[in-house]
Order: sequence, then C-alpha cells, then structure tokens
Amino acid sequence: MSVLVFAEISDGKFKKATYEAVSYGRQIADMLGSKVVAIVIGNGADASELGEYGAHVVKTISTSDSFTADAYAAAVNASANEVSASTVIISNTYTGKSLAPRLAQLMGASLATNVVSLPDTNNGFQVKRSVFSGKAFAFVNLQRDKKVIAITPNSFEIKSFGETAVVEAASTQLGSTGLNIDAVNKVTGKIPLTEAEVVVSGGRGMKGPENWHMIEDLATALGAATACSKPVSDMDWRPHSEHVGQTGITIKPNLYIAIGISGAIQHLAGVSSSKVIVAINKDPEAPFFKAADYGIVGDAFEILPQLIAAAKN
Amino acid sequence: MKILACISVVPDTTTKITFAENNTQFNTAGVQYILNPYDELAVTRGLEIAEANGGTLTIVHVGKAEAEPVIRKALSMGANEAIRIDADPTDAQYVAEEIAKIAVGYDLILTGRESIDYNGGVVCGMLGSLLGITSINVVTRIDYADGKFSFDRDIDGGRETVSCAGPCVASAQKELCEPRIPNMRGIMAARTKPLQVLAPQAAANFSNYASYELPVAKTGVRLIDASEAGKLIDILRNEAKVI
Repeated sequence: MSVLVFAEISDGKFKKATYEAVSYGRQIADMLGSKVVAIVIGNGADASELGEYGAHVVKTISTSDSFTADAYAAAVNASANEVSASTVIISNTYTGKSLAPRLAQLMGASLATNVVSLPDTNNGFQVKRSVFSGKAFAFVNLQRDKKVIAITPNSFEIKSFGETAVVEAASTQLGSTGLNIDAVNKVTGKIPLTEAEVVVSGGRGMKGPENWHMIEDLATALGAATACSKPVSDMDWRPHSEHVGQTGITIKPNLYIAIGISGAIQHLAGVSSSKVIVAINKDPEAPFFKAADYGIVGDAFEILPQLIAAAKN
Repeated sequence: MKILACISVVPDTTTKITFAENNTQFNTAGVQYILNPYDELAVTRGLEIAEANGGTLTIVHVGKAEAEPVIRKALSMGANEAIRIDADPTDAQYVAEEIAKIAVGYDLILTGRESIDYNGGVVCGMLGSLLGITSINVVTRIDYADGKFSFDRDIDGGRETVSCAGPCVASAQKELCEPRIPNMRGIMAARTKPLQVLAPQAAANFSNYASYELPVAKTGVRLIDASEAGKLIDILRNEAKVI
C-alpha cells in the first residue's frame, strides 16, 4: 500500500503546488502508515529533491510529449498499480483537473476536487472541499477503497522532511493519445494566477485599460500576479483569463488587493478564501469593506503611487 | 453531425448560500435556478457548429422535473430535442455514468467548464474515460473542418491549440462564444420540442455529501487613511506578514 503523488512539472521545473501535493501526500501516508511515491512525467526537473518535501520514492517517466489527459491518466494508473497505491494526490491545476477524472475512472476510485483539508479517517474517509465557488465548504465521504484527491493550490504548507528520495525509472512508458497538440503559447516569467501568493486586482474604478500600468507596477513590486473583476474582462480591458469571481477563476492567495472593485457577491465568491484581503475604493459604502481585513477609502490614482513607492522601498 | 450538450441547473449567481437540516442540506428556499453559465456557452457553440454543418443538437440533463423550465430555455435557444434522466444525482460520477449511457453515437459532446454550485469540473473527463474518447478541458475555441475538431484550451500559464477526430468531449470556458439569447419564435417553438424523460439506471455510489459549512466571516476592516497609504505596505510586511 502506498500514496501516489502526481508531481506536476511546468517548463522543466516542479511547481510550488507540486511540493504542496507531495507534503500533503506524506501526511496522509503517515496517517495510514504507508509510503509516499511520487510519479514524475517529463524531463528536466531534479526528481531527488522531492524527498525533501516528503516523498520516499520517486518514479520517473522520461518524455518530451506535452500533457494529454488520456495518455497521462493511463500512465499514472499503471504506476498506481505498480506501487499498489490506494490514494492518488493531484494538484487542482488545469493539468490536474484534466487528469483527475480520467484517472479516477481507470482506477474505479472516488474523486474529490478543490480539496482544502487533510482527510478525516476516524469514521470512513472524509475531506472538506470548497463549493458554490467559494461561498461555502462541503464535507464529502469518499466511499471507494481507492481515492483520487485534487487539492487546491495555496491550501497546504510545504513541509521539510530533510530526507532523500530513491529515484528510479517507472516500468511504464507514456502511451499514445487521441489528441494532436498543434501549437503551445505559454506566457513565461508570469506567475499563474491560481498559484500566486499575492494578487493585485483592478475593477471598473481603474477607469480604463490605459491605467493598468499602475496595477502592474504594484504587482511587480510585490511579486504578485494581476487579476480583474468581471466588468473589466467583459469590456475587454483585460483578458478573460484574469477574471476572478464566481464565473471566473477562484483563487486563494495569502494576500488579495482589490482596487476599484465594489465587491459584488459574485466577485467575493471567487476571492473570499484569501488569507488577507485589502480593499481600496473611493466609496466608503462599497460592500468590499465588509469582506476585507484592511481598507483605504480614497482615490485609487492618488493611493496607488504611494503603495508602489512603499513597495519598492 | 450529432452534438450533445450536457447542462446543469444551478442557483443564480447572486444567491446567498445557506444550509438547512443542521447544515446537511442546501437551503433551496427562495433560490432562483438558472442554466449554468458555462453550459450556456456549450449549448450556444454546439448550436453554431450544428447549424454550420447541417447537424442537430440534443440537450441532456440529469435531474428532477423542477429543471424542466431551464431545459426548455436551452430548447428555446435552438436545440432540437432534450433528454432528462429522472434522478437526483449524488455526485459527478453519477451524472457522468447516466450521461455516458445515452451519449454513444454523438460526434461531439459538450459540457461547461464546471457547474457554479459544486465546481467539480470533472464530468467532461469522466465521460471521455467512460466512452473511451478524447476529452479536452476548458476550451475557448471550437471549430470543425475536414472531419476534424480544432480547439484552443487554457493550460497552466498559457494556451494550447489542439485537434482530434470525433467523437470527443470538451468543456466550455469563457470566450468560447457569446451566449445566445432566445427569441420569441424560439420560445414558442421550444414548447412543443421533444423532451424525453428516461429512468435512471442504477449507478454506483462513489461519494456522498455529509454536511456543509459557511466560511468564517471577517471580524471587521481596519481602515488606513488615504494620505498615509504607504503605511499599508508596512502593515502587510511586518504585522500581517503576507509580503
């Protein structure tokens, strides 16, 4: 018996979310009295470093093929069989969310996505997941012997175990896929929104896309990702991929700074799990102030330069 | 070409979420139900592709009779027919297994990226695996030419262009299209379009929802004077310790 962690690689490196998943897997393995095996599919990353975060063994499948859900699910399923894994941990990234349901079918496993807690095994196997786009949480019992758990990035600590993992080639190869990858367009050097620890977000109060350099300057100074509200993406001031909220992306950074966003219920749904929320708005009655930890009432165009200067300092 | 669009019926985005029965049930009192916004995109793009290629669009929903007004809305957008599988689903697995039973023979199956109630986003992949076909998550473009489907899909930190032959299943992301608004003729026509109700076929129970809780409310905002806005950075660094 073991716990298998899908150790996702991006551009030849492990993601922060991958370390979180490995540490999460280790904690489950310690609860169940079993070992953690990480499966790495791809090239470039130093597989041995996963020992530091909790992996006992790392299995590698060398390939230069891009991610496809069908081929990866088959390979992870074969690895799960190889190491008799009853539980597989995946990060809830775009890649993880494509992989998890196909893998769960192949394994005949119960599946939970958007998981934000360690399992409670006192009476069965229960996890907490976010539902209603962040407006609530649900406790779900996973009834099958096998489980696939996709954990929300930024929900779990990366733990240091100071160990070295045994690295070996998996006996599986990556098989064929029904999908042709025709072109890849990756924005390099930018922090993916769902994994960012700090997010600076702008709303209609920014008055137009020409003012976004101020949002970007503050984000750069803080090492943050940028986001926006629904009206901003609807008006094409910013790409839809930056829209956070109920019908956009749900995020969970350590710090969310909302500038010129009123705080409609649909927007709050997507950001309310952030650890610390700052609202900046000229309207003291803006609903965002009720959901924020810190607030500044005033003109964004006067406040932002002060914040940028202080952040660069 | 035969296209299938899978729809869920969800609480309106402005709904204040509360729970009943000692936090074991979602409180449906006063809740307005709508067609899941991402499924609306799936239906719209499915219609556009069906119309351009002389095909048909079928709607499928797993749920009870209360969903029928929303199913009729999808029909009024232009879908040819609808199937409702008469069950109260326990989880995404149940929904996927029920849909898989009627989904054979379609060239393209569309879902939304996720439902805005349970946010699983897994029915697309489950269907792909159950039917043994390619699944493509979070697509912002779908085109059909020369017997092949082509997609743009969101990936971590970027976008990818992919293609495959049908049958395949894809989940709709924003930007895919502008949702179609039903016109009066569509609304009239939808009243008499076929809506078949099928009995569920026992699907296994993989998970169950035991209880719910609401996020802890913020205790109160600490206001900083706009003239000393720079202080905020100091507080975030040294007190909150988040930067």
